[in-house]
Amino acid sequence: MKYYDKLIFELGRKGRCGFSLPACAVRESDFAGRPLWRTGNSSELSASVWRESPLDLPEVSEPDVVRHYTNLSQMNFGVDTGFYPLGSCTMKYNPKINEEIVSQFNGIHPLQPAETVKGVQAVYDFMDKALAEITGMKHFTFLPCAGAHGELTGLMLMREYHMSRGDLARTKVIVPDSAHGTNPASAAVCGLDIVVVKSRPDGLVDVEDLKPLLGPDIAGIMMTNPNTLGLFERDIKEIAALVHECGGLLYYDGANMNPLLGMVRPGDMGFDIMHLNLHKTFSTPHGGGGPGSGPVGVAERIVPFLDIPRTSGFHGNFGIILRACAYILSLGRENIKLAGKFATLGANYIKESLKDCYKLPIPTVCKHEFVFDGLAEPNGVSTLDVAKRLLDYGFHAPTIYFPLLFHQAIMIEPTETESLETLDAFIDVMRVIAREAADDPEMLHSAPHNTPIGRPDETTAARQPILKYVKS
Amino acid sequence: MGSFAYFPHTEDDIKVMLERIGVGSMDDLYSDVPAEFIHRGEYDLPSAMSEEEVRAWFSDLASKNTSLKVFAGAGAYDHYTPSVIPYITSRSEFLTAYTPYQCEISQGTLRYIFEWQTMICNLTGMDVANASMYDGPTAAAEAVRMCVASTRKRNSVVVSSRLLPSVLAVLRTYARYSGINLVETDDVYEAVAEGTLDLAGVIVPSINRFGIVESHLGLADLVHGAGALLVEYCDPSALAVVKSPAEWGADIAVGDGQSLGIPLCYGGPYVGFMACRNEWMRKLPGRIVGQTVDAEGRRAFVLTLQAREQHIRREKATSNICSNESLMALWCTVYLSLMGPEGMRRVNALCYEGSHYLHDALLATGRFTDPFEGREFLKEFALKPLCDVKKLQQALLDAGFFGALETEEGYVTFCVTERRTRAEIDQLVKVIKEAAL
Repeated sequence: MKYYDKLIFELGRKGRCGFSLPACAVRESDFAGRPLWRTGNSSELSASVWRESPLDLPEVSEPDVVRHYTNLSQMNFGVDTGFYPLGSCTMKYNPKINEEIVSQFNGIHPLQPAETVKGVQAVYDFMDKALAEITGMKHFTFLPCAGAHGELTGLMLMREYHMSRGDLARTKVIVPDSAHGTNPASAAVCGLDIVVVKSRPDGLVDVEDLKPLLGPDIAGIMMTNPNTLGLFERDIKEIAALVHECGGLLYYDGANMNPLLGMVRPGDMGFDIMHLNLHKTFSTPHGGGGPGSGPVGVAERIVPFLDIPRTSGFHGNFGIILRACAYILSLGRENIKLAGKFATLGANYIKESLKDCYKLPIPTVCKHEFVFDGLAEPNGVSTLDVAKRLLDYGFHAPTIYFPLLFHQAIMIEPTETESLETLDAFIDVMRVIAREAADDPEMLHSAPHNTPIGRPDETTAARQPILKYVKS
Repeated sequence: MGSFAYFPHTEDDIKVMLERIGVGSMDDLYSDVPAEFIHRGEYDLPSAMSEEEVRAWFSDLASKNTSLKVFAGAGAYDHYTPSVIPYITSRSEFLTAYTPYQCEISQGTLRYIFEWQTMICNLTGMDVANASMYDGPTAAAEAVRMCVASTRKRNSVVVSSRLLPSVLAVLRTYARYSGINLVETDDVYEAVAEGTLDLAGVIVPSINRFGIVESHLGLADLVHGAGALLVEYCDPSALAVVKSPAEWGADIAVGDGQSLGIPLCYGGPYVGFMACRNEWMRKLPGRIVGQTVDAEGRRAFVLTLQAREQHIRREKATSNICSNESLMALWCTVYLSLMGPEGMRRVNALCYEGSHYLHDALLATGRFTDPFEGREFLKEFALKPLCDVKKLQQALLDAGFFGALETEEGYVTFCVTERRTRAEIDQLVKVIKEAAL
């Protein structure tokens, strides 16, 4: 990657343009610089609705725009350029046929009547049925645009269920201490109070700690299974029974669904409500942070409430749902049974290959991901140093300092689309870094050394924020 | 095995890996899962399709949709997408990247988000913008939450009932569970003047659901006088020519970036934007990119002010948002780069001329009256039909047009973008004139 230092605002000249528009179809008039648009109407109030302040936008030609953004793209790492062992993010390959099929649906307005969108409806119907089959849920809503948005929608459904029964005291939701940060945040946005249940030393939810928390004020529990340590919550049957017995519901955070794909269905484990991250488990691209899609599935008794929470403007991110649909068709009933298994195989392979040089706090079999607690012999080298050094060797860093249970957490998730050679190359580099930690810790403290920029000054960025471009 | 294009595992690879792990089979890796939860049967899914079969499956479905000339808006506008945009946004380095947490290898993403934030600030006149929200309606809901969070012990928000139905629906949903008291009204001036003790904010549309460009003269003073915040919901394309939220004195600006060249695509993915004045910066939800330098003094961009966010603050975060609509923000950023100030003026001029031409021609058919005569509109307008609305809509559909969306008052709305030609507009008018309604 080369360093390229321009911003679009630093290119171009006054009077240059990159647009191509038709001539005025009906009447010719010149609007430039005229705050009052319609001649003959000069009342003051009317005039005042038009913009008077200048509009500062770039003035660049089309070739300049293309070159600028192409240059920017070359400072980016993506799944198509390298391996992303990013825990809890499921950075699997994004198939290209999925991208290709979208454009033929681009022209459809979201409010078009049903008889004009039969093809669209068929996609939603297929996805509802397919996701229900894969997860053991009854039906899905596709409104949520991301995982956290799904959590929020799912918790709203949890509240609707209790409210419909006049069970208004259920205002608390239980969240394990190993949960993704979005779980407690979504609960808070949904007006629920959070009760934290502890993990045992073996990384699983402590059933004994859970029992006294259960009562008539509990709306439900949010669980990630396998959890963020990549461990299957093997007590799930007992947990489900306890929570149901107290009148609560079980929410399944689908962020970690990938190892269960084709193997285990959340509905069968007793979960009542769940979301899926189509941009994780179902191969749609992350797009540098979105758009995603977070459909929410529910068990039969929650179905009557499914359409109540209107959590996005139209029908959710249809373009993403299309891509996930193409993925399911490509996988088919044959290959889906291998997806989760291969993801789990890769994670265990890396874990076993590196546990002599990285601290493995929980040595049991993992699912799609696992967590190291820093180097076995750190020599002053932190998890951050290891992560940054990986960038020098052409790998993305793992998820670091999460989950919060371990101070030097390195969370690794390889996914099923990486070859043995790629996993071996990553393992080799991780071992090299462990040796470098012993030989030259200083060099690691200042890594990365081969990237377009080095470590940035984040403190100044937060203390004296510069959040937009201002002409000097 | 090895016969599926996305899985690289050969029989030998699997053997090597299982040996290293020290188990006999992949099923052994699920020994921690109670046996009763292992799904043993076939999944009721289609058999795996080849790439060509997948393509054909979707082409077949696409052909079952009716292709219509869009004369409707209501939050989704049929603006032209320059070919450069999908070309840029489909570059793998942008498309397949994760959230830019590792800034040293994400300067491309971070830079375009910084550019997006700048452009949103320039359009709205606000000081700070975030990296994006899911869509306009959810951005509006977050703005309402932000009003409540920014004003202590205040819990009521006055909502203009002239916001788009899609926005109102999402506002009501978020409020229902968070306990925020929404006061929906046709007259926000009156609602604020009447005064409630716990007024936290007011949200109004820059252009309302009838297409009218609203005047908010004096509203900000009234709202601020009541100790509350003013939120403007805007169409960012229109902001090139209509008064900006800053010009009206608003504190927060939100809206949907869809009008900046994002295809209709049955409602998504679109992108919400959110901007505010400096004093509310630390209450903003979502990611924010800031400029700094690296150890060698090179200009660098990072995610900043993260103490607001869920991965740090958990239940005390300003919002639960994590994934946003980053790639769609890039979409809009490239659009605005291509258009520039002159292109934005031109596209609005084309919309304005086309919609006024259609407006006048429809009135001339004698089948409508104008309930908002003399009010300014830009690309969308509402008329009162003097005929049966269902028949009108059907006549348009039969002729290949989608328009005349019905409002709850029984008006119908039409929208004309720069994509509609004179011939299409004339044809639509002819259909209405000649139909038996």
